[in-house]
Amino acid sequence: MEGSGPVIAFWMLAAVTLVAAGGVLVSRNLLHAVLFLILAFIGVAGHFVLLSAEFLAMAQVIIYVGAISVLVLFAILLTPRASRDNGETKAFPFGALLAIALAAVFLFVINDTDWRTVSESPGLAPEALGEALLTTWVLPFEIASVLLTAALVGSIMLARTAEEEAEDALA
Amino acid sequence: MTTLFLASVGIEHFLTVGALLFCLGLMIALGKRNAIGVLMGVELMLNAVNLTLLTFSRFSESDRPIAGQTFVAFIITVAAAEAAVALALAMSVYRNRETVDVDQINLLKS
Amino acid sequence: MALPMLATDNWYDIRDLANLTNPLLDFVGDNISSELAYILGPLIGFIASFLIFVLPSQLYVGVYGERKLIGRIQSRLGPNRVGPFGLIQPIADAIKLMQKEALTPKLGDPIIMNLAPIIFVAPAVLLFAVIPFGPNMIVANVNVGLLYFLAVSSLPVLAAFMAGWGSNNKYSLFGAMRIVAMSISYEVPLVLALLGVALFTDSLSLQGMVLWQKEWDIWVGFLMPIAFVIYFICVSAELNRTPTDIAEAESEIVAGYLTEYSGMKWGLFYGMDIGYALAASAFAATVFLGGWSMFGLDKFIPPWLLLVVKTHLFYMLFIWTRGTLPRLRIDQLMAFAWKFMLPVALANLLLVATERMLWVDAFDSKQAMLYVFMIVNIAAAVGIVYVWARFLGYDPDSQPTKARLVKEAGGYVPVGREVR
Repeated sequence: MEGSGPVIAFWMLAAVTLVAAGGVLVSRNLLHAVLFLILAFIGVAGHFVLLSAEFLAMAQVIIYVGAISVLVLFAILLTPRASRDNGETKAFPFGALLAIALAAVFLFVINDTDWRTVSESPGLAPEALGEALLTTWVLPFEIASVLLTAALVGSIMLARTAEEEAEDALA
Repeated sequence: MTTLFLASVGIEHFLTVGALLFCLGLMIALGKRNAIGVLMGVELMLNAVNLTLLTFSRFSESDRPIAGQTFVAFIITVAAAEAAVALALAMSVYRNRETVDVDQINLLKS
Repeated sequence: MALPMLATDNWYDIRDLANLTNPLLDFVGDNISSELAYILGPLIGFIASFLIFVLPSQLYVGVYGERKLIGRIQSRLGPNRVGPFGLIQPIADAIKLMQKEALTPKLGDPIIMNLAPIIFVAPAVLLFAVIPFGPNMIVANVNVGLLYFLAVSSLPVLAAFMAGWGSNNKYSLFGAMRIVAMSISYEVPLVLALLGVALFTDSLSLQGMVLWQKEWDIWVGFLMPIAFVIYFICVSAELNRTPTDIAEAESEIVAGYLTEYSGMKWGLFYGMDIGYALAASAFAATVFLGGWSMFGLDKFIPPWLLLVVKTHLFYMLFIWTRGTLPRLRIDQLMAFAWKFMLPVALANLLLVATERMLWVDAFDSKQAMLYVFMIVNIAAAVGIVYVWARFLGYDPDSQPTKARLVKEAGGYVPVGREVR
């Protein structure tokens, strides 16, 4: 990827994404952590645009920022007192150590491998994605829709209280 | 080498961002006390995986580069379902235990 | 994209203002640097669209026109003191707002509270990037313009939530919760309605939709009236316009998420609410009302003028509903979204998809088929509204509790409706 525009955009987006992810880690207030998380999602969407996957970038913003973050906000507000604090467990140092070790391995592999790359973008339009989803990958596509329905019903069942269930049984 | 690393962006750069994002998400998922915080770490990890898959889809030599994008579409779908179920679980745990602290949900510990 | 419909490419041809800017950008790109042209293009686009469209519309349709028209609807005069016919009223309001102190509650979250208006403003500006004002007058002709619009319009909800949370006030938090719940409920039928449009016009880009409507000489608003009505209701719910403005219902929760805001911080929210309504109107004018095209009339009238007029006419609908309809309750609105709008949107999608399949397979008389579909869809829309109003609607006479309340208050009870 050449030219000053994409390169500058990449470095800015990388900085925003990683700083926001770090903000999720260090912020003590859970609401601030969610806002940092949203920023990280938007940064990742920007990376998608750079990788010429505009459709997925927009889907990322619609689903992650518009739906999942809103769900997280709801969960935080509906579990008062318990969920304002974003502290660490006693196992945090071990987890951090593991993550750093993993990062070292990843970085070594990334820099050591001889990637066989193409310089030109394959130029995938949204139509190509839609066609692939409905021809080659039509079975996983259908299974995903079943999964979404199951998750919807399951989360409604989990989130209902016993009183609501009793009311519905009477009605 | 460093000037070249800064001046043109290739597959390694995107993979590095993906790897670092994954490790930050792992750190959050392993270390946070709050169940919702853990979920946020998992979402970050999924995002990092999406980024890596799209990087390979864009840069790798392949006769079917669309496969990477398809994979990402499915991961986004499953992540939405997973978030809904996980947050419903968090709410239901809160209702029974008055906490979503993963350290204190330890009924099985004698 | 080279389009044959414009007579000339001369710079003085004001039917397309891109004729003016393109030679300038070419000159900069050739003689100075291509990066500068890269940055200058969007900059000129944004400044021009703000100067000729957004700012005047916001001040003179959004503030002055709305107050004047609502005043007339409510048998008042509206603003009439500052300047001739009260025309300088919006500017006077802005000066007043800037002079006021912008308070921050002591126990609030100052960073989030001050960040919220800024985050609220940015998407309103970004939304106009994909609206085509003419054949070449478009800041960013992305091929997923529809999704871009939906993605960017999901951001202000977060800003409203931040405002409600950062104020540390229970009414603000109520308002924030309400707006978040409303926007995710109404997003679903909205996207389903627009999916039908994308399906039929075979395009995700807004320019593509306008060109389709121009090619077939039909407006999507006539072809899919159900989608159009669903879009209008959903968007007015998401924008917090008055019949559905439960997030800042002043009779229930002071001012919702804006309770603690004052001065220009409040002014940004107020102004950008109008900005979002204008963006939604421009989007509706583009997707449903033919955009800059007008059955061949765009050869003579500047296309951008047509789009501006259509946008303002659509905005009048918002003002009209605001002036005439009472505010709904939150449970009514949520039930309406999930129990009525969602099934109707799904049925509409099924209908449109069937018609699309028939239309693609047809060899000849495609144009006539479109008109047949138009009549069928309008009939379906009228039928749905009639059936809903006839069988599922709210009949005040058949509600005994109301009659009892009326009797308690010593009011008039219709004959035959006496409470036992």
